[in-house]
Amino acid sequence: MEKILEVKDLHVTFSTYGGTVKAVRGVNFHLNKGETLAIVGESGCGKSVTSNAIMRLIPDPPGKISKGEIIFRGKDLTKLSEKKMRGLRGVDISMIFQDPMTALNPTLTIGTQLKEGLQQHRKISSDAAEVKAIEMMDLVGIPSPKERLKQYPHQFSGGMRQRIVIAMALICEPELLIADEPTTALDVTIQAQILELFEKIQEVTGVSIILITHDLGVVAKIADRIVVMYAGKIIEVGTKREVFYQPEHPYTKGLLNSVPRLDLQGEKLTPIDGTPPDLFSPPAGCPFTARCPFAMEVCDKVYPTGTTLSETHQVDCWLQDDRAKRLLATTAATTAEK
Amino acid sequence: MKIRIGTEASQSTDQVPDDWFNWKKKDKEEAESVARPSMSYWQDAWKRLIKNKLAMLGLIFLILLGFMAIFGPILSPYSVKIQDLPNQYQPPSSDHWFGTDSHGRDVFTRTWYGARISLFVGLMAALIDFTIGIVYGGISGYKGGRTDSILMRIIEILYGLPYLLVVILLLVVMGPSLTTIIVALTVTGWVGMARIVRGQVLQIKNYEFVLASKSFGTKTPRIIRKNLLPNTMGPIIVQLTLTVPSAIFAEAFLSFLGLGIQAPHASWGVMANDSLGAILSGNWWTLFFPAFFISFTMFAFNVLGDGLQDALDPKLRK
Amino acid sequence: MLRYILKRLLIMIVTIWIIVTLTFVLMISIPGSPFNSERGTNENVQANLEAHYNLDKPYHIQYLLYLKSIATFDFGPSIKQPGQTVNDLLGRGFPVSLELGLVTIIVAVISGIILGILAALKHNGILDYAAMSFAVLGISIPNFVLATLLIQELAVNWQIFPPATWSSPAHMVLPVIALATGPMAIIARLTRSTMLEVLTQDYIKMARAKGLSPWKIVVKHALRNALMPVITIMGTLLASILTGTFVIEKIFAIPGMGKYFVESINQRDYPVIMGTTVFYSTFLIFMLFLVDIAYGILDPRIKINKKGGE
Ligand SMILES: Nc1ncnc2c1ncn2[C@@H]1O[C@H](COP(=O)(O)OP(=O)(O)OP(=O)(O)O)[C@@H](O)[C@H]1O
Ligand code: SF4
Ligand SMILES: [Mg+2]
Repeated sequence: MEKILEVKDLHVTFSTYGGTVKAVRGVNFHLNKGETLAIVGESGCGKSVTSNAIMRLIPDPPGKISKGEIIFRGKDLTKLSEKKMRGLRGVDISMIFQDPMTALNPTLTIGTQLKEGLQQHRKISSDAAEVKAIEMMDLVGIPSPKERLKQYPHQFSGGMRQRIVIAMALICEPELLIADEPTTALDVTIQAQILELFEKIQEVTGVSIILITHDLGVVAKIADRIVVMYAGKIIEVGTKREVFYQPEHPYTKGLLNSVPRLDLQGEKLTPIDGTPPDLFSPPAGCPFTARCPFAMEVCDKVYPTGTTLSETHQVDCWLQDDRAKRLLATTAATTAEK
Repeated sequence: MKIRIGTEASQSTDQVPDDWFNWKKKDKEEAESVARPSMSYWQDAWKRLIKNKLAMLGLIFLILLGFMAIFGPILSPYSVKIQDLPNQYQPPSSDHWFGTDSHGRDVFTRTWYGARISLFVGLMAALIDFTIGIVYGGISGYKGGRTDSILMRIIEILYGLPYLLVVILLLVVMGPSLTTIIVALTVTGWVGMARIVRGQVLQIKNYEFVLASKSFGTKTPRIIRKNLLPNTMGPIIVQLTLTVPSAIFAEAFLSFLGLGIQAPHASWGVMANDSLGAILSGNWWTLFFPAFFISFTMFAFNVLGDGLQDALDPKLRK
Repeated sequence: MLRYILKRLLIMIVTIWIIVTLTFVLMISIPGSPFNSERGTNENVQANLEAHYNLDKPYHIQYLLYLKSIATFDFGPSIKQPGQTVNDLLGRGFPVSLELGLVTIIVAVISGIILGILAALKHNGILDYAAMSFAVLGISIPNFVLATLLIQELAVNWQIFPPATWSSPAHMVLPVIALATGPMAIIARLTRSTMLEVLTQDYIKMARAKGLSPWKIVVKHALRNALMPVITIMGTLLASILTGTFVIEKIFAIPGMGKYFVESINQRDYPVIMGTTVFYSTFLIFMLFLVDIAYGILDPRIKINKKGGE
């Protein structure tokens, strides 16, 4: 399969007055053409920072991509000039944000906002842009698009606005769409409609999608592969089947346990006791140690090397080490004796 | 294809000693200590305020000014009121540190006396605004519904009144005095505070509602106490800090118009007004000292207010 | 939109009515008659006043007739300036004050907005600190203090500008600086903070994600939204400039309404005080109304909102 994006050893830091926040600490993953990759994890684990880094939209200062590569179609985005990057944004890579209520400028018409991306990047007349805008509105399912182009954002419902935002992101036919919690701010029935829309546009346009979410129901519905993040690291990655049915990382297991049924919509990831570590001074070892029911002495001291379980399934956990397996076996035996 | 996920794992797995593979002793405290040491909101805000050099400069100036306002007139051998015409317009000297004015009165003494008036007016206005604002805004926000919309309509109308004109009118009728100035200022001044208090009360109500509906259970009061109350107090404190300089300005302005404290009593506005003619003849000190202190006091309150705003508003945490 | 305008209109009328009623109540509550001859009023003026205020009639009739005279813009005679009516004074003084006020507001708005935007775009840079230090000084120094300092330095010591009166553009410089600095500082601070806030909004992020250039983002997406709050404080600023003219005209001996007003206060010339208060209040409240309408036009959200603006 063709990789359209590959992120290698990405580090992002924010220098704040309280110290340096190590928000993303060595993240590796890739995206295949035409697939949907879900990034899940608790609030603050670095999902948005990772996706903003791909767009090179980390506010600088205070933020900085301190290390790593982001290879998109053979080019390292971290090395591009801001001007070249601007030529890519909205054209090759698009992004949509969590809250459709605030993602649209309240004082400009929908039409202006839809067309401006197109007019920025392509030599195109206003009329031609309008035709394209109407086509996009149609694609995302907004009735009587021609009239509605003249309206302002407040004249649309939340679900409608999110459709418009999606149309805006797709108008230049990008190869990669990054959706940062696109359904979180919507109510459940609207969420389902928007997810269907994602499936439809992927079918129609073949766009690859990175989907960031808290919501395992969303993941179950449309993801092909899943990346699980914790405290600025990816701790497990695999296909949807692998992560849902053979999760190996205790954190992933905890997440899944917290959701009674996978088809349940809107369940939030706040299951496991305790809070993630401080990203000002993250622990040297496994960041999950403080909350992990299986924590061993080694976990505190050394970060677990990634273990490859299958072509597509990797996990960062010391439990994969043979010695830990032996320890587990003996413990199981002694408890059984009692 | 093997992808290494972790990158800090520079040590190869084999080098890790076997005896580290033992269950870690679980202790609760460690789990706590890993979390970011949570300073209380106020400590946090105070820390940020201290880092703000301008705000600290303002605070220190105000403390010194408060001290001199209390003790300055006592320390000086001269009286505020008694005229000493032969000694008029003495430039600053070791006898009269700030010189003397057109009636031979000691400017140093009168300046601290003026500080008393200004600080008193400013603090009283803030206190009264605060009291009325809390009650009115609190009722409005807490009751909601019809009460709220009626109270807010009233505020909307009062807000449209040109307040200094109303104050002038009141003073003309009531006759100028310290009390009437404070009354006149607060008759119109509480409106802003009431609006802010109402907004904050609504926010608390909203939060309670959200929390209750999400059934956080026992944590609710704690969240309100630890996060919400401080956050809602922030804007109120800032508003208080900014009420003081505007009241001080209003007093000086009115005194300057002849509607404030009456001569021979001293207020910075009165002193500035008295010395209007004097500057043309070169007796700059009669104007300079009241002008400097009035400006610097307003400056101090303003930078302190700005500093507090930055320190208390969690959104602005840098 | 129509509903919105009607609502604002109603509020405006109520507010004006409150001011008018307030002046009336205060007038009749002044101990003794405000127009007593022992206060130095001559017989002729006294008669004029009694006729104008219908002092021989009961209060409620007086009140109604007072309302009527105000509605016809008849503010009655002055006590201290025999033969002059309040309308005469307004006719002479107001144009001068209006000129001063207009020049001031134009200077304040333009320089304040420019300063605020520059500070926001160079956030935390030297320009930002310089502009904001200047602004905090601007709001801290009372206009009458600034005025006297300007006279002392630029007129007396350096003799660059004339110290008083209102007869040429050069005469305008010092009073306008003295009057405009405060409002300019307020506008600059407000523009900067809203601009900074707008720049963190999702729709700005969205615009960046579309690949728009920073310049385009500022002009097309940020500026308009950032200037909205500036419009909302225009009413308050106008009021403070207007009251500012009282002291500025007094200091610079400018023959405007402010100067007459201050004189009337010192002489307790009640009809002039009341007339000017009512006139200026009406003027300001009307300006506030215009500001609200302008806001409604500029913010598309208000047009459709059935409740109108909240
Ligand atoms: N501008 C910033 N300045 C300082 N720290 C930041 C900034 N942006 C993000 N961070 C830090 O980076 C970390 C990761 O944030 P991020 O927004 O990626 O979380 P997230 O996984 O998207 O969470 P959520 O689910 O809440 O959106 C957080 O701990 C946050 O404190
Ligand atoms: S490495 Fe250790 S602490 Fe981390 S998840 Fe695995 S067992 Fe738990
Ligand atoms: Mg996020």
